[in-house]
Amino acid sequence: MNPLAEPVTLTHYLVVGAILFVCGVVCMTAKRNAIGVLMGIELVLNGANLNFVAFGSEYLRSGSTESIGLDGQLMALFVIVLAAAEAAMALAIALCFYNAHATVDVDQANELKR
Amino acid sequence: MDLEQLLPLLLGLAWLLPLASFAAIVFFGPRMGHGGRGAGYAAIGAIGASAVLSIVALAAWLIAHPLGGEHGPAHPVEAIAGDWYPLAVFGQLKITIGYYIDGLTVAMFAMVSVVALCIHVYSLGYMHEELHEVTDPLVTLSNGQTLKRRGRFHRFFQYLSLFCFSMLGLVVAGNAAMVFVFWELVGICSYLLIGFYIERKSASNAANKAFIVNRVGDFGMIIGLMALFSGLGTFSFDEVFQQVRPAGHGPAAHAHALTVPDGMVRAAARERIAEIYRASPDARQAETAIGERLPAWRGEGLGYGLLVVAGLGIFCGCVGKSAQFPLHVWLPDAMEGPTPVSALIHAATMVAAGVYLVGRFYPVFTLEVLLVIAIVGCLTLLIAATIALTATDIKRVLAYSTVSQLGYMMLALGVGGWVAGLFHLFTHAFFKALLFLGSGSVIHATGTNEMPRMGGLLRKMPWTAGTMLVGCLAISGAGIPFVIGLSGYYSKDGILAQLYSFAGQNPPYAWLFYAAAGGAALTAFYMFRLWFMTFLGPPRDDHVHAHAHESPRVMVVPLVVLAVFAVIAGWNVPWTALGLQPLLEQARPLGTAEGASHGRFLPTLTMPAEHLAHAPEIHVPVTLIAFSVALAGFLLAGAIYWWRMLDADAICRTFWPVHDFLRNKWWFDELYQFLFVRPVLGCAALAAAIDRAVIDGLAHALAGAVRLLSRFDDWIDRLLVDGAVNATANVAYEAGLRLREVQTGRVRHYVMWVAAGTVGLFVLVMFLWSYTLAGP
Repeated sequence: MNPLAEPVTLTHYLVVGAILFVCGVVCMTAKRNAIGVLMGIELVLNGANLNFVAFGSEYLRSGSTESIGLDGQLMALFVIVLAAAEAAMALAIALCFYNAHATVDVDQANELKR
Repeated sequence: MDLEQLLPLLLGLAWLLPLASFAAIVFFGPRMGHGGRGAGYAAIGAIGASAVLSIVALAAWLIAHPLGGEHGPAHPVEAIAGDWYPLAVFGQLKITIGYYIDGLTVAMFAMVSVVALCIHVYSLGYMHEELHEVTDPLVTLSNGQTLKRRGRFHRFFQYLSLFCFSMLGLVVAGNAAMVFVFWELVGICSYLLIGFYIERKSASNAANKAFIVNRVGDFGMIIGLMALFSGLGTFSFDEVFQQVRPAGHGPAAHAHALTVPDGMVRAAARERIAEIYRASPDARQAETAIGERLPAWRGEGLGYGLLVVAGLGIFCGCVGKSAQFPLHVWLPDAMEGPTPVSALIHAATMVAAGVYLVGRFYPVFTLEVLLVIAIVGCLTLLIAATIALTATDIKRVLAYSTVSQLGYMMLALGVGGWVAGLFHLFTHAFFKALLFLGSGSVIHATGTNEMPRMGGLLRKMPWTAGTMLVGCLAISGAGIPFVIGLSGYYSKDGILAQLYSFAGQNPPYAWLFYAAAGGAALTAFYMFRLWFMTFLGPPRDDHVHAHAHESPRVMVVPLVVLAVFAVIAGWNVPWTALGLQPLLEQARPLGTAEGASHGRFLPTLTMPAEHLAHAPEIHVPVTLIAFSVALAGFLLAGAIYWWRMLDADAICRTFWPVHDFLRNKWWFDELYQFLFVRPVLGCAALAAAIDRAVIDGLAHALAGAVRLLSRFDDWIDRLLVDGAVNATANVAYEAGLRLREVQTGRVRHYVMWVAAGTVGLFVLVMFLWSYTLAGP
């Protein structure tokens, strides 16, 4: 079977979302740079967002009478807003941290441990 | 306004004004202006207004009830009795603030308030040292210095005002319960004022002694009042007198005769009454039967004993208050108080309250009680007069003289001389207050109480000496026989005449008359001994003599006023029957004028009627006897202390056993010390020892046991309870310490753990999830 000839179904979206999600998690885990970690978070959020949108789309659910209406889109919008807010906050924290320590290495942020 | 409304209003106001001044001084005392003198002015203002009101009341009374002839009015004068304010009703018992106003009440009111006014004014001068800080040389502190304290001028007047209120309340009281309340109030005032110099050990002891000795008498008084109440069911004088002396029928001589009231008969015959009730079918019939038998029972003498007990009990209270034998020991010690107090409370008014109360309760007393009163009075007058012979403290001489004169009054009342006894009360109040104030003036000037250190003060203090001479003459009963005399001349003659009349009718009791006549000689002797030793002869102590000076005018004026009263108190207003004696004659309680006889226990005793004593065959010899014995006493005193024909010291040496006996006051204090004080102290010590050994021991043992128990409890607490708590905490701490390793603080680690955990969870779910559980 030729995957490229197959029609695009829900499963494809889920696979892309999963890949994005895993990329994000790996990015979060591996990066020591705070900006990198933030980017990982964005990837995770967008991976999850993709799932919402895919589940919420009517076109992708042929033959199914079950509908969740606009719930998926609504959640996606909510996640986007959340991500925007989170990015703003996190970048501000990162900036402050940089001002104080002249670095954005998250491993350096261990003062509470002492 | 008629008399029945006017008199209670006037006397009530006169009674309450000193209370107002007392309250004002309590709250504003030291801030009342004139450097603290304001308190004195307030008290004087109050008592002065009281005096004016009392005199107005007296005048109103005299206008409404003009005095009759020598032998009393044709119609008996009704007393004005009523209630100002009912306090409470407990079944049969009614407690009210009431009044009982008759000639005696208005006369006492006028006397008390006038004497009190004089003494208040005098105190303004006498107590002036108390305006500033006082150094009391008689009190040595533990550090060897003498006491310095703040002056108590306002407090003195505060107590005086309270006393005036209490004394006037006692006089106006309309029932026995109210009398008892004010009786105790004057007692507490006396206590407070005797202990005015409270830092002096002798003063506080004397105050305690006065108070405790009075408790003994008051205990008897409570018994008497209870006996009276249980028999009569009322405290009100009006109702008591109506029940004890019912109007009755028959000739005037038997109207108002002493009758045992029904209640007392019933109380004595309660067994028979119970029997009648048992025998008869219903209560009404039983009551009828009892009513028929009551006169017969009364004839048998049932209930008479209860009346005697009531009389003796009330007299017992009077014995304490009026310092009669055997409770006379407190009065001489009471001289520790300031001299104006001695004059007001311990000479003129409070100690006379006992005599007044005997006079007030006179209708209740049976013949037996009267004889007891007479004998007690006679013993008192002799004992006190003999002790006064050797006393050297000027105030103590006067104190024993007071006791002796109170004995005269009691004696007179006891032998039927109601008017004579109370007449002497009035005259004595004036001249004894005068004598005490005079002695206060001397003490003020010389700074000592001891007569052997005085002498030759006549030139230095002419006014004091002159007024005191008037007092001495009055108390000795000086006068020109059958013509005119000082107040004491009339009152003492009245007493002796009644005694002579009594002795004539009852030969076994003739010794009462001889004792009283002898007492008159002793009175003259010790009074003139006092005057000669103080004012005549060479100065015995140069320092004292040089220091002496006449007192300021504020002290001399009251002396002069009282001296005038001491002279004229016995006189009638010329060409009228207006005088103290006719007033008392009019006030005599119903049924007591005619004398009495045939007591149940003393059938042979007869109380002669008082008017019999005015007969010439009694009056003439008695006047001569009284005059000659008083003259004898005066001459003896003069021979020893003025002309020095006899040497006092030599006499003392010759009769040393007698002298010692009298110097030691018949050893009464020692006797009481031995009989009562020591045993009581012994009992107290025993009780204290038991307290310490047994009760304290028990308490300590209990405390020890509790301590042991608590120590055990403490151990359990520490070991088990704390152990469990600490163990839990330790486990949590250890676990935290271990788990801490996981918390690296690196975000990446956490994320890894989260991812790994999620994967792990999914794996677990995949393997373990049963589709049957999850549903189709």
